[in-house]
Amino acid sequence: MKLTLKVWRQKSASDKGRMESYTLDNVSGHMSFLEMMDVLNEQLISERKEPVAFDHDCREGICGMCSMHINGEPHGPDRGVTTCQLHMRKFNDGDTIYIEPFRAKGFPVIKDLVVDRSAFDRIQHAGGFISVNTSGNTQDANAIPVPKHDADKAFDAATCIGCGACVAACKNASAMLFVSAKVSQFALLPQGKVEAKRRVLNMVEQMDKEGFGNCTNTGACEVECPKGISLENIARMNREYLKASLSSE
Amino acid sequence: MALSALFLLIFLLQHFAINITSVFRADTFNELSHFMGTNPIVQYVFQPILIFGVIFHFTMGFILEVRNKQSRDIRYVKYNGNANASWFSRNMIWSGLAILAFLGLHFVDFWVPEINTKFIEGNWEGTMAGIEGLRYHTELVHKFENPVRVAAYCIAFVFLAMHLLHGFTSSFQSLGANNKYTRGALRKFAVAYSILIPAGFIIIALYHHFNIH
Repeated sequence: MKLTLKVWRQKSASDKGRMESYTLDNVSGHMSFLEMMDVLNEQLISERKEPVAFDHDCREGICGMCSMHINGEPHGPDRGVTTCQLHMRKFNDGDTIYIEPFRAKGFPVIKDLVVDRSAFDRIQHAGGFISVNTSGNTQDANAIPVPKHDADKAFDAATCIGCGACVAACKNASAMLFVSAKVSQFALLPQGKVEAKRRVLNMVEQMDKEGFGNCTNTGACEVECPKGISLENIARMNREYLKASLSSE
Repeated sequence: MALSALFLLIFLLQHFAINITSVFRADTFNELSHFMGTNPIVQYVFQPILIFGVIFHFTMGFILEVRNKQSRDIRYVKYNGNANASWFSRNMIWSGLAILAFLGLHFVDFWVPEINTKFIEGNWEGTMAGIEGLRYHTELVHKFENPVRVAAYCIAFVFLAMHLLHGFTSSFQSLGANNKYTRGALRKFAVAYSILIPAGFIIIALYHHFNIH
């Protein structure tokens, strides 16, 4: 198929940036979106032009690196997939595809489609961990009984790959789904109880510092999340936050 | 924001419960209105709380909107908001502004004359020259004579329904009272409340308008 691509080009973080138009012939429906981007870059290199910079790593939907906003949606029009899992068969011959970086104050553009998502790392550092006694008397985690329901919920929350699609989709650029998934995966398990109060307070505080918006519960994040992280996690984090705010240390 | 929303949801239900009696029995509406208008707890405790709740709710709404706009300093060239969220949920500020404009009209129509009668003129009897018995039902019916006012009321309540369709469940979600067990039932109740209550207010306005003519 023949496609017209409108791609965001930005030389550096300080550059203003603009949309540029490219025409690409012979795109196969079997290609992944990133393979299509590879073909575009080969074409640009053969024309002695600067290739488009974009993030990618595993190309199997588990690393959370790919971060394109395609035709107005993070990771494109398909559901439950990352950009690398999006196939070109989702598009039609003659389509015009808009490709932009994830937009948020907390995700500044580094170059072209590459954004700095280290804000997520700093939120994790603020509380996304548990303390374990490593003196040699560490209790085997498998020896601690955990209700099946709680374990399932914790594992569901832990499937968050931190890609940032929730932020990109949200009209407020809110990171609540990401932070709530990270809070929930520990809040549901006995190992996470020790730092429960500090964790939620510190992670929410860091989220606000990074410039992400407030959640207005539109649910766009849940729809666009490639891992299907549920809004239930946001409700759980709100409960944890209220509980932590109202109780004394 | 969520707490003030829940408070206003309860107030709205109470307001509707009293107003709907005007359709069935004028005396009941008069007695209830007189009680609400003269009871010191309602006047000096609940009324200031209500005014504070309304002002707090829309002020926080504006602050939230401004802060959230700042969180995305560069907008998308193409943004397909309809693909993942309802129009109602993305435009709470606009439905809220429409409701705020209606509140202005509502205050001029009912609240300001009521305050004037009681606190300026000093008439706490609920009477009016030329009217036998209590005045509230006659005043209400008179207000709905004007078709332009009735149309404005109807449009405002459509905006209220839009606001509630998202706001009801959103307030529970913000307070953490939303999980897989309550989500379905809460959604159904929210949709019923959000449509039936504003529709009920529209029916009251239309009933009085057409009952006169």
